[in-house]
Amino acid sequence: MPWHIAALQQLINGLALGSVYALIALGYTMVYGIIKLINFAHGDIYMLGAYFGFYAITMLKLSLVPAMLVSMAAAALVGVLLERIAYRPLRSSSRIAVLITAIGASLLFQSTAQLVFGASFKPFPQALPFRRIQLGPVFITNRQLLIFGVAVLLMVLLHLIVNYTKVGKAMRAVAIDKEAALLMGVNIDRIISATFALGSALAAAAGILVGMYYNRIDPYMGMMPGLKAFVAAVLGGIGIVPGAVVGGLLMGVAENLVVTIGSSTLRDAVAFAVLIVVLLFRPNGLLGKKGIEKV
Amino acid sequence: MATTAELMVSNLSVQFGGLKAVDQVCFSLKPKTLGGLIGPNGAGKTTVFNALTGMCPVTSGQIRFKDKQLTNEPPHVIARYGVARTFQNIRLFRNLSVLDNLRIAYHQNRKYSLLCGIFHSPRYKREEAQITAKAEEMLDLVGLADKGEHLAGSLPYGEQRRVEIARALMLSPRLLLLDEPAAGMNPQETQTLLELIRRVRDELEITVLLIEHDMKLVMNLCEELFVLDYGHLIATGDPKSIQRNQRVVEAYLGGNGA
Amino acid sequence: MKRLNSLISCTALLLVYLVVKLLESRGILLPYHVQILSLCCINIILVVSLNLINGFTGQFSIGHAGFFAIGAYASAYLTVHLQLPFVLAIICGGILAGLAGLAVGLPALRLRGDYLAIATLGFGEIIRVIILNTDAVGGARGFSGIPKYTTFGLAYLTAIITVVVIRNFVTSDFGRACLAVREDEIAAESLGVNSTYFKVLAFAIGAFFAGAAGALFSHYLQYMAPTPSQIGFVKSIDILIMVVLGGLGSITGSIFAAVFLTIIPELLRGFAEYRMIIYPILLIVVMIYRPAGLLSGQEFSLSNLAKHFKGAKAHGNHS
Repeated sequence: MPWHIAALQQLINGLALGSVYALIALGYTMVYGIIKLINFAHGDIYMLGAYFGFYAITMLKLSLVPAMLVSMAAAALVGVLLERIAYRPLRSSSRIAVLITAIGASLLFQSTAQLVFGASFKPFPQALPFRRIQLGPVFITNRQLLIFGVAVLLMVLLHLIVNYTKVGKAMRAVAIDKEAALLMGVNIDRIISATFALGSALAAAAGILVGMYYNRIDPYMGMMPGLKAFVAAVLGGIGIVPGAVVGGLLMGVAENLVVTIGSSTLRDAVAFAVLIVVLLFRPNGLLGKKGIEKV
Repeated sequence: MATTAELMVSNLSVQFGGLKAVDQVCFSLKPKTLGGLIGPNGAGKTTVFNALTGMCPVTSGQIRFKDKQLTNEPPHVIARYGVARTFQNIRLFRNLSVLDNLRIAYHQNRKYSLLCGIFHSPRYKREEAQITAKAEEMLDLVGLADKGEHLAGSLPYGEQRRVEIARALMLSPRLLLLDEPAAGMNPQETQTLLELIRRVRDELEITVLLIEHDMKLVMNLCEELFVLDYGHLIATGDPKSIQRNQRVVEAYLGGNGA
Repeated sequence: MKRLNSLISCTALLLVYLVVKLLESRGILLPYHVQILSLCCINIILVVSLNLINGFTGQFSIGHAGFFAIGAYASAYLTVHLQLPFVLAIICGGILAGLAGLAVGLPALRLRGDYLAIATLGFGEIIRVIILNTDAVGGARGFSGIPKYTTFGLAYLTAIITVVVIRNFVTSDFGRACLAVREDEIAAESLGVNSTYFKVLAFAIGAFFAGAAGALFSHYLQYMAPTPSQIGFVKSIDILIMVVLGGLGSITGSIFAAVFLTIIPELLRGFAEYRMIIYPILLIVVMIYRPAGLLSGQEFSLSNLAKHFKGAKAHGNHS
């Protein structure tokens, strides 16, 4: 295959992977926007979402769409409980204490999942027969199309919620100025819960999509994509919703192009190299505005 | 007069986005003067202090201290040149002891090397003893000799302000900037503070510039006043002439509506 | 008084060593036990050195395993391929890790708090991926055939050196400057403390000792695998848990936590799965109820203990 066609193919693969990163990154960015917390356990909620989907399909015998809805609802509940139990008591503590708690929560999810679901990987039930669609010199699989479709649908939904509903407006108000929002009668606790619920539901959807895409799920599958999605959020400008989408897509493409050029083991280093470069040269992200630091 | 000035601020402007917090301010201070920077809230006084100590970028203009350019130098370099300050909202190291707060401020005068420090060499021990002695001396000066072992954050407000002054003095500064040293003090504490500042100036022979809202303190203590309003310097002079200055009266009455 | 204290400490330290040796020669301590004691010492070095960065200087790093990995692999390369004496290899490993600390410290210091945390984590993973792709150190297969040079005595001595150096550092003007940076960077700068310099210094010193610990570790296990749990972020988080549970800014806390959390899992081998559930819960509970760790900023010592009791007594007399 000539290199430019290979690159084009990797671009398609990259966009598919990037859509997943974008879905996860949205949760990071929304939570960070509201409570300035890097929710380290977010990647593990994505993992739980995949498992919930797995059991919804295999045990409840649901088809893909209802299974995804069940999984998103369950993950939303986990996200809300996580915030209630682990993060809320620390809201006035130092950010480092909260970050450590988030790391703890992440470990807890992983080891619990390992205990409950088993340490080895599970093949994800294929709700869709595999099909390749030829597009000139390159091809796209129906699973990739599913990823694009679901991701775009969810992003549009999120956009509508954030911009046109009362909860969404309250979220934006809290993100800009917590005290002012409080004075305007916004129930901050409820808004934070809603943010966790939304973010977690998106992550769960991403988990199922990836489960289908790679055909396997395991208790540690959330670690790397979680970190990479965080990098995507930072790349786009953390706290900025469209930034997460842009960052996620860029990240997916960059990663796949590196695989074309170099070795696949370098793949995981790309994310972090990108992170360090972004933080150094454009710490507010591609879509971020420069803020004034107060003395 | 210009030749004897120790601190020379010329055409200082500080701009945040579209807002000119300090606009074309010029003033100078002679050695061992007790100067006061006054003005209504939001006049830009603290911003002038921040510019003097390198804590906010200077948009244009110059700051000279003795033969040194301070304009846009980093804060720790300015501290090395002999300019020390306190903060409006007290920035003590709250979780450290009062003595440690003071010892830290001796940093730039420390002579022993990293290796001496790591091996606790005799030289380290000698100098640490000196540092502690100096810290105790400064605590004694501000009247808190018995509070050295307390956690800085546990002291009452008025004492914290005095610890902050003692800490600034550990730098052996030539210019001391005090940002609202009497804020939150009762009249008796304010009186003690007034005597303390005067003593510091007389005994250590340093120049002092302070921001203060307590007009009684300012008028009794300062020898030269600079009045800021909306970022502009509107008057300079001794307390008597400032009190009679029509523009100053208007700024205070108009600015605060009080 | 001070001289007496250090005399007592030296004797106690020597006594511990002799007791271990005696028990070993009598067969009461099996080689397996002595191995675990060596591991305790290695972990003490890691935890105390990370505490210098996280606890004393307040720069939240979760990439300590990266420095550890550099020391482990570099020293192993030096002893295996260049036949360098082990002590020299330890020092070289430490220096290389320290240089990496400088290299990370310089750019990373423009970042604060959680951003710095993520950047250091990223750095650690980059180191791991580089090792994974370096054939000279075994690449993805791992580095095997490392001679077993690490003895309990050597690990013990290195741990003591680490603790003494870092304790002396934090009680010197340099360490006070680090504390000042942790407490309030703006105030520290206003007092003439060059905060960037001290952040980099803390990173470099912390990294140096992490590298030395790595050298001891690779010559203890004789095999290094480029996995997240051995040299990646899982390892970094393991060290972090020990620092946090022991208390940010407490050297004695770090020592206790390192020893305790090294020995307990060995005793509870059958419950390995539950361990990974109990640890994180412990971490969360400690953060909620005692956010600065169990021994936050306090040091455990006999004289402090005596003071405490005297204080309690005096207090009792008053009331």
